[in-house]
Amino acid sequence: MQLARVIGDVVATRKDPAFESTTLLLVQPIGADGKDVGRPLVAVDAVGAGVGETVFFVRGKEASFPFHPTEVPADAGIVGIVDAADTTPMRRP
Amino acid sequence: MIVGRVVGTVVATRKRPQFEGAKLLLVQPETPRGEAKGATLLTIDSVGAGVGERVLVVLEGRAAGEALGKKLSPVDAAIVGIVDQLECVE
Repeated sequence: MQLARVIGDVVATRKDPAFESTTLLLVQPIGADGKDVGRPLVAVDAVGAGVGETVFFVRGKEASFPFHPTEVPADAGIVGIVDAADTTPMRRP
Repeated sequence: MIVGRVVGTVVATRKRPQFEGAKLLLVQPETPRGEAKGATLLTIDSVGAGVGERVLVVLEGRAAGEALGKKLSPVDAAIVGIVDQLECVE
């Protein structure tokens, strides 16, 4: 999984029927330091996230598991909303 | 699998139910020589790793789900070992 900020939402009228009643959100992956990493992507939301929230998302077929038995053709899905991330710099051994 | 360093912890109240009881750790992937490489990953810990430790991470859904031990878990990364020693000759 990766941390990300929700930066927008996507509306699509013509789409695969399995996407009916799902929410598609635009997410920007971020690193442990909160800085953007890589390009934004569209993820299917499985936890009720909203724009501005920090979330974590899963890549691959597993993104469709929350919608089982519907086989949603998604390759990225939001599966948690981050309350807090502790990334206190560690001492290297 | 890849090798990385645990750099942080994450707390989430709203999450898919398969994550209940799971420990979420942030892992910075590293080269065999220990240099940071690539974006930080969020992983499920199945071995009791802690911040600062060097770990073995599986990056594949089915394997990560097995580490969590629950069916249809929407996960794609799990810590499956703590590295004691790694020798790289090149």
